[in-house]
Amino acid sequence: MEFFDFFRWEIIWNYRELYAKGLWATIVLTACGYIGGIIFGLLLGLGQVSKKKLIYWPAKIYVDVFRGTPLLVQLLLIHLAVIPTIFGSSQGWWVSGIVGLILNSAAYNAEIFRAGIQSIDKGQMEAARSLGLTHSQAMRKVILPQAFRRMIPPLGNEFIALLKDSSLVTVIAGAEILYVSKVVAGTYQRFWEPYLFAAFLYLVLTYAVTKLVAFIEKRVDINYNPRKKKERA
Amino acid sequence: MIKVENLHKHFGKLEVLKGIDYEVQEKEVVCVIGPSGSGKSTFLRCMNLLEEVTDGAIYINGVQINDPKTNINEIRTEVGMVFQQFNLFPHMSVIDNITMAPMQIRNLNKQDAEQLAMELLDKVGLREKADNYPQQLSGGQQQRVAIARALAMKPKVMLFDEPTSALDPEMVKEVLEVMKNLAKEGMTMVVVTHEMGFAREVGDRVLFMDGGYIVEQGHPEDVFGNPQNERTKAFLGKVL
Repeated sequence: MEFFDFFRWEIIWNYRELYAKGLWATIVLTACGYIGGIIFGLLLGLGQVSKKKLIYWPAKIYVDVFRGTPLLVQLLLIHLAVIPTIFGSSQGWWVSGIVGLILNSAAYNAEIFRAGIQSIDKGQMEAARSLGLTHSQAMRKVILPQAFRRMIPPLGNEFIALLKDSSLVTVIAGAEILYVSKVVAGTYQRFWEPYLFAAFLYLVLTYAVTKLVAFIEKRVDINYNPRKKKERA
Repeated sequence: MIKVENLHKHFGKLEVLKGIDYEVQEKEVVCVIGPSGSGKSTFLRCMNLLEEVTDGAIYINGVQINDPKTNINEIRTEVGMVFQQFNLFPHMSVIDNITMAPMQIRNLNKQDAEQLAMELLDKVGLREKADNYPQQLSGGQQQRVAIARALAMKPKVMLFDEPTSALDPEMVKEVLEVMKNLAKEGMTMVVVTHEMGFAREVGDRVLFMDGGYIVEQGHPEDVFGNPQNERTKAFLGKVL
């Protein structure tokens, strides 16, 4: 019990409101970054499988640049250089943080979409086109629905990675979980409690996401068919 | 109905088709036979531009399909295709496989499309499988669904690319039976096949291809009974 006496958990309790705000910030940053990253990433991924050079190369270069540089550097550049240059002043860490997470996760998602699309047997595209579907109709009705199923596990991993990477927003003073912990640590000059608690919060969040992904994976399984057999005349 | 003029097809440096001329008449069943690598599948796939044509011209009902100005999607709705590997859409039930294209392209409503699909499933003897998924079906059943799917666009021509080659022997017959009925109804068909019995019985014309050329063609009785070309003789000697 001595071990537990060492900890002063009331520090966390005293700062519960700040932690709640930090938790909320982490969730919002991750959710916005993820949704934006999926949409933008899908466009980039489609660009990467395009035969048109003018679409392929910009998408490819974008993905290479954003996957090849650290998110930490990207966040600092966006917050301190890009946004102030474009808008004349900083738009706050919310904007910079979400923009940075979207741009970064889009590059990773693009790779997932590209690989997912290319993993579908080319006979599927041929069958769809031979029926008279246009390329984009075939993509929407035949290729993407199949590719999405295969993308769910890697997209789930990407969600978890992004959740943890959102802690980097702390360097542009984004008041998420880690930032709050730093404040608490600075105030009390104690490091075990605030950082352990931060780790605990991230663990709870990633665990919840893992369970959610597993649930979705099961639901979209090709053998899962909630539709009852219809009676046909 | 389909006119092929001086068709050439290169894959990189490899020349697969070295100048094919042929005309498929309406309601004709043309069977294409020949050793593997002879270019017969490529020839078939050129007819709906699944392979880009390197040189030459293909006309379907007078429209040059390899003209860049031609809307190939429109042409393809008139040309049904059945693949060796079936290529059913695994994420859709059997009936959705069949109704998808008519609903997307012909703007049929769901009710009409499903009625059409059920008629076609009757035709291929699979009405009771409408709500199953492709992987719950045997190979022969899947191929029959694939034929129904192609027929749902009401094509004027059907192309078959070795439709029974991926099937277990006991399932070949059920697919050939469906094709035979289709021929009887007067469908124009081009069939790349290794089923010599089918070619002989159902074909109006047989083309023997080798090395990127049509080496010999004629009525099945003549080609099978009295082949003229040495290569035809050698090939038939091995397979018959």
